[in-house]
Amino acid sequence: MSSGLYGFLFAMWSLIIIGGGIMVVLLGPFTIQQFGDFHWILASGIKVIIALVLVVIWILILSKLKNYIFKKELKF
Amino acid sequence: MIELIFPAIISCIIAFFVVYLTTPPLIKILVKNDYTVKDMNKKENVMVARPGGISIILGIVVSEIVLYGFFQLNEILAIIITTTAAFVIGYVDDRKVMGGWFKPVTLAIAALPIILLGAYDSDLAFPLFGDVQIPLLYLGLIIFMIPITGNTINSIDVLNGVATGFMVIASFTLSICLFILQNYEIAIVSLPLGFVSLAFYKYHKIPSKIFPGDSGALTFGAMYGAIAIIGGVEIIAAIALLPAVINSFLFLSSVKRVVEHRQIKNPTMLTSDFKLKTTDEKTAPITLVRLILAGGPLTEKQVGFAIFKLAIFSGILAIITAFMMGVSL
Repeated sequence: MSSGLYGFLFAMWSLIIIGGGIMVVLLGPFTIQQFGDFHWILASGIKVIIALVLVVIWILILSKLKNYIFKKELKF
Repeated sequence: MIELIFPAIISCIIAFFVVYLTTPPLIKILVKNDYTVKDMNKKENVMVARPGGISIILGIVVSEIVLYGFFQLNEILAIIITTTAAFVIGYVDDRKVMGGWFKPVTLAIAALPIILLGAYDSDLAFPLFGDVQIPLLYLGLIIFMIPITGNTINSIDVLNGVATGFMVIASFTLSICLFILQNYEIAIVSLPLGFVSLAFYKYHKIPSKIFPGDSGALTFGAMYGAIAIIGGVEIIAAIALLPAVINSFLFLSSVKRVVEHRQIKNPTMLTSDFKLKTTDEKTAPITLVRLILAGGPLTEKQVGFAIFKLAIFSGILAIITAFMMGVSL
C-alpha cells in the first residue's frame, strides 16, 4: 500500500511540474492587441479558460492514475 | 540578513511559548464548561477538550504583531487579518453546525485582505520553466487558495495529532523553501506557524488532551495558504501539502460533492483489539487513512506515523522543487 501512495505522490508532483511547463509555454507569451484598452481583460479571460481546461485535464489524469495505482485497494 | 535574526528568534520563542503555556489552562476551562467531544478511536469513553483554536490563534497573532513591530509589512497585516477571520469562521462552525457551503464561501471572503492590502504578486512561478503573468486568474487563485488550504488541513484532522504533526512538517518545509529562494522576510514571517504547530502538537499528539477543532484547523490552513500567496510559493506549498490534497481528492472523487465530514459514513472502524481497520461499508468515502489501512488493521499511532512519513516525502519533493526554481530550461 505504502509504495502505491508514494508512487501516487510522485506522479502528482511530476504532473505539477509538467503542467506548470505547459502553463508557461502556452499562457506566458499569449497576448491580444486588437481590442484597445480591453485587450488585457480579454487575454486574461482566455488565459483563465485555458488554465481551467488544463486543471480539468490534470484532474482526469489523476483519476485514471488513482484507479490504476489503487486498483486492488479501491475495490472496497 | 543579520538584522533579521533577532526578530526571527523573538517571534519563534513567543509563538511557541504562548501556545505551550496557554493550552493547559484552556483545556481546564473547556473541560470545566463541558466543551468536550468523544474521542471515537479509544477503548474507553474518553472525552477531549475542543476547540484548541483559541490558543493557536493567540500564538499566531501575538508573534506576528511582534514581527510587524520590526518590519511594518502589509504582508504581515494580511496574514493576521486572514488568519483571524479563518479562526472566527472555524469557531462559529465549532459552536454551531453549519452547512457544507459555509466554510468555502466565508473562507473565500477571508482571503480578500490579501488582495485589498496588495500583499501579492500576480506572477505564478513554476520550476524549470519560469514565471507566467496571470493578473485576472491570480485574483481567482487567491480567492480559491484559502478555502482549499483551510479545508484540506481540516479534512486531515481525523486522528490524534495528525493535523498538527502534519502542519509542523509542511510549515517548516515551506519556511525552508522560502529561505532557499532567498525570500528571507516572508520566511521569517512563516516561522511562527511551525512553532505554534509544534507547541500545540505536545497536547494534540496521541493520546490527545485537546482537539484543534475547525477553528484550529482552519487557522493553520488559512495561514499556510496566505504565506504561500504572499511568499510567491504557491506551487511549492501545494507540493508540501500533497498527502492532504490526496485525502481531499480521494474524498471528493468518491463522494462527488462538497459535504461536511460529519454528514458521511465513517470510512474506518475499530477491531476487537482496538486497532483501526477499513469499513466494509460500500458507500463510505475513500480517504487517505482508508488507503493506508487497506493493507490491514493498524493502531492509531501507526496510521499517524504513516501520514507523517508521506508528509516528509512530499516535503523533500517541495525542497527539490525550490532548488529547481533557480534552474531554467
